[in-house]
Amino acid sequence: MRPFTHHAPSDLETALQLLSDLGSQAVILAGGTDLLLNLREGTLEPDSVVSLRQVAELRGIHEDKHGLRIGATTTLRDIIRSQLLHRQHPCLVHAASLIGSVQVRSLATIGGNLCNAAPSADMAPPLLALDAEVLLVSTKGKRQLPLQDFFRGPGEQALQAGELLSEIILPHPQGETIYLKHSFRAYMDIAAVGVALRLHANGGTFAAARVALGAVAPTPMRAKAAEQELEGQAPSEDRFARAAALAAEACTPIDDVRAPAWYRRRIVEILTRRGLTALWQGTEQVAG
Amino acid sequence: MKSQITLTVNGERHTLEIDSRRTLLDLLRNDLEFAGTHRGCDSGECGACTVHMNGIPVPSCMLLAADCDNTEILTVEGLQPEGDLHPVQRELIEKGGIQCGFCTPGVVMSAVALLDENPNPSEAEVREALAGNLCRCTGYAKIIEAVMSAVEDSG
Ligand SMILES: Cc1cc2nc3c(=O)[nH]c(=O)nc-3n(C[C@H](O)[C@H](O)[C@H](O)COP(=O)(O)OP(=O)(O)OC[C@H]3O[C@@H](n4cnc5c(N)ncnc54)[C@H](O)[C@@H]3O)c2cc1C
Ligand code: FES
Ligand code: FES
Repeated sequence: MRPFTHHAPSDLETALQLLSDLGSQAVILAGGTDLLLNLREGTLEPDSVVSLRQVAELRGIHEDKHGLRIGATTTLRDIIRSQLLHRQHPCLVHAASLIGSVQVRSLATIGGNLCNAAPSADMAPPLLALDAEVLLVSTKGKRQLPLQDFFRGPGEQALQAGELLSEIILPHPQGETIYLKHSFRAYMDIAAVGVALRLHANGGTFAAARVALGAVAPTPMRAKAAEQELEGQAPSEDRFARAAALAAEACTPIDDVRAPAWYRRRIVEILTRRGLTALWQGTEQVAG
Repeated sequence: MKSQITLTVNGERHTLEIDSRRTLLDLLRNDLEFAGTHRGCDSGECGACTVHMNGIPVPSCMLLAADCDNTEILTVEGLQPEGDLHPVQRELIEKGGIQCGFCTPGVVMSAVALLDENPNPSEAEVREALAGNLCRCTGYAKIIEAVMSAVEDSG
């Protein structure tokens, strides 16, 4: 590891000032569970590390009249223990519980999971399905983006030098959401495929549908054609099968050590169909 | 590129001047000579380096020591007064949950963290709590058995 200066600002204002002064020479550390690997491997050689661990304003889950706001450095452990999330968005609790181990989840943060921008990031598909937005702040001001516009490529997101992710903003829950993770071990394994689905039924038809996919494209993505197949329509097995086929068509997986592309595409179709059926029937337990 | 930190390890306060690159694991093993905390993978995967930070189990290889200012760290050495064993340790010996012993300190710290928070866990909860602790010897069955026995002992 190359030497660096460690900064531990105790409030957001100081953190932003440091990031502004240090510019592209600095990297941000939240939980460090991705970053420390990069520093060890030398894929990142910053002059400065700005740790957000002491910035209390960035951690915690709050409710306001629009929905929930999750601070970027809220740990996965905090998410699993949040009564608010258990009540309003149990799919986020479930997704967090599938990441790493108890120990890793004590450090890993929700914001780090998104900013690291791995195509397989497990928090991304359920947050996309929930229409989450992200708040980015710097000394120059704030901007709020839909999460789907935040991801730019593998390991790349919309953050500019001097900017940090401060909050994830969730609208009130509408309908039911699930996250299905397909991996080869029950614990401690990165997703080969992740599928998050949301169905909001109103009368006999779906007022809203979301199909979000992980690990099958350069970024976590929404399969909009599949969503359109469902929205405004009445549920049926055929319709779910067509939506699932459209989701499989929309993704662009690669071959890698975890699985070949054809396999991932097939799993997207299976999980989407299985998940939609389960959501519709109100079944909670679905195998990923 | 030094940082100054003050932290409590096993009840004793230390103020140290450290290289910013040092992890909590480096600090424990090399500076404070608590070699009970083991280095397996140095990448968060194996759990051998598990310690408690402010009562929560963490992989000490994934934490910069500079980020541990004002924290309380508990390692396997501080679990019980010298010469005493925690029920989890006693049952691991009793049930054959230790072979080479490399994973054991991490297993103990993970199991104790679980029991501190949930004194009456199910076997599934024990398995989940230990999912981040790899063991190359025992095949896990006897480790799980030992932790379940420790639950019964205290219940
Ligand atoms: C053993 C192990 C198992 C894992 N298993 C999984 C898994 O199953 N699924 C999964 O999705 N991930 C997994 N991970 C990866 C990792 O734990 C998660 O991505 C985690 O959520 C990252 O959060 P962090 O706070 O540790 O990020 P950090 O390492 O602190 O940061 C990650 C990146 O984001 C940037 N960053 C962090 N926070 C901010 C912010 N607020 N604003 C701007 N930039 C920021 C950092 O500069 C860095 O580039 C695993 C990691 C390990 C070590
Ligand atoms: S040495 Fe820390 S998890 Fe393996
Ligand atoms: S007893 Fe040898 S690694 Fe577990």
